[in-house]
Amino acid sequence: MSWVPSERQQERDAYRRSRARRSTAVAFLSTFALVAIAVLALVSSPGWPRVKASFFDWDVAVESFPAILQGLWLNIRVMAVSAVLIVIVAMGLALARTLRGPVFFPVRALATGYVDVFRGLPLILVLLLVGFGLPGLRLQGIPTSAVALGTLALVLTYSAYVAEVFRAGIESVHPSQVAAARSLGLTRAQAMRHVVLPQAVRRVIPPLLNDLVALSKDSGLISILGAIDAVRAAQIETARYANFTPYVVAGVLFVALTIPLTRFTDVLARRSGWVGAQSTLAGGGALR
Amino acid sequence: MSPGRMRDPMPGRPLRLDRPLLSVRGVRKAFGDHVVLDDLSLDVHAHKVVVLIGASGSGKSTLLRCIDLLEDVDDGVIELEGQDITDPRLDANAVRARIGMVFQAYNLFPHLRVIDNVTLAPRLVHKASRAEAEAEALAVLERVGLAAKAQAFPDELSGGQQQRVAIARALVGKPAVMLLDEVTSALDPELVGEVLTLLAELKQAGLTMVIATHEMGFAREVADEVCFLHEGRVHERGTPAQVLGNPREERTREFLRRITGP
Ligand SMILES: Nc1ncnc2c1ncn2[C@@H]1O[C@H](COP(=O)(O)OP(=O)(O)OP(=O)(O)O)[C@@H](O)[C@H]1O
Ligand SMILES: [Mg+2]
Repeated sequence: MSWVPSERQQERDAYRRSRARRSTAVAFLSTFALVAIAVLALVSSPGWPRVKASFFDWDVAVESFPAILQGLWLNIRVMAVSAVLIVIVAMGLALARTLRGPVFFPVRALATGYVDVFRGLPLILVLLLVGFGLPGLRLQGIPTSAVALGTLALVLTYSAYVAEVFRAGIESVHPSQVAAARSLGLTRAQAMRHVVLPQAVRRVIPPLLNDLVALSKDSGLISILGAIDAVRAAQIETARYANFTPYVVAGVLFVALTIPLTRFTDVLARRSGWVGAQSTLAGGGALR
Repeated sequence: MSPGRMRDPMPGRPLRLDRPLLSVRGVRKAFGDHVVLDDLSLDVHAHKVVVLIGASGSGKSTLLRCIDLLEDVDDGVIELEGQDITDPRLDANAVRARIGMVFQAYNLFPHLRVIDNVTLAPRLVHKASRAEAEAEALAVLERVGLAAKAQAFPDELSGGQQQRVAIARALVGKPAVMLLDEVTSALDPELVGEVLTLLAELKQAGLTMVIATHEMGFAREVADEVCFLHEGRVHERGTPAQVLGNPREERTREFLRRITGP
């Protein structure tokens, strides 16, 4: 039971450890060199002092930060609400497209048409049409706030994309799984619900998280409807200080928001064995 | 499903020796222009094991899929316990629940644990409670020698173990007939034995089975009747000793020569 590594194995382990230390040192040095070169190139460029003054003004950054952060909080809320709605609508669309039988022809056709239209329309057009067109109808119960209309536009566009992701997942489950479920006496709906969907959803979680990252950025577009999100707040601050630094601050905040999402996707993907030997972060794991 | 039947691990169905349990008559099935089954007839009596043999592409899988209503026949009748199951007015899901099918590639549900693979149909189709379904599933897993693996996921099992789980999953609904499609052909040679032993035990227990196989030794051992499929029909049928040992038909002899080698 008590296994003591042989001398040969101990020697191998020591060798691997020394290699690992060396790799880390090399990685650190090469990264440092690259960053240093980039910074030097930037700082030594003839226009740098002026760019620095108008884009990297520390005082402006500090003073505009609270307003922009408050704007970002709106982005986060819009993102969270639309993400939930998108998943629901998209799943409905994907399932509608799998329905069989003549009764469901209109549902199927409608879902297909919806996906075709909203995947083709640029998001910014949908935002403008929904944001300025819908309130013009003066219908009862139609929201009029820029935030609600912007969220609606995001949901309309993104659910078309996400529906296709779900559909791809559903179609990636081998027909033999359905055959096995049906042979047990499960109905078509039961086979979908208990056998196909659980496998399909698991497979599409990485692309879904990818869409979530895209959504977090596109939530900034609701600013064109007048909602005061991070982008709009940065615009206001920029005008106030006559300095572009607030845009850089907003940019840094958006990146800071999406990086954890991206890394989370990586971790999830690797833990579930969704990625092959080449993982995005480690770069290693391959055979010697 | 009544509680009484849920507890009974063996299908204690009334024996009607006069009429076949499963009767396939004049079945035709084509895929496009390709006629796979052509006026095929086959009777399976209760507690009998019928083995289907035939070249690759001769329609063994297609026949089993037609019986399990996974394919619609183009013509002909299939009767199960005296009922025409090819009648489109019948609830096909209820019919499939009375037939146990085991596939060549196991087709276990990879996202479900072994126990959940086995209890899925009892819970969804037979509306058994979870506790009831699990007790019954454990009994069946015990029977296939895998009660200890109830909490494992399919990909943590060997091929032979996976196929025995698939058999348990089909058995748990107490099917009137079991259809097994080349259940050992995806297995390593040393794993084939454990599955064939299990099937021999099931035969001993009185199950009615239709088995498509390339394992002639196994066919000889368990079959009550061997049917050789050729050109969409049962070309020759008889006892294993007769069909495999002393075939009447030239085609059968040719087929047996080919698979046993020169
Ligand atoms: N869904 C399908 N669409 C078109 N052709 C099919 C389909 N299923 C089966 N076939 C064809 O029907 C014929 C019979 O196939 P089947 O799988 O029943 O043969 P088999 O006897 O089980 O062969 P094997 O021993 O290789 O499993 C083959 O020629 C096959 O190509
Ligand atoms: Mg086959």
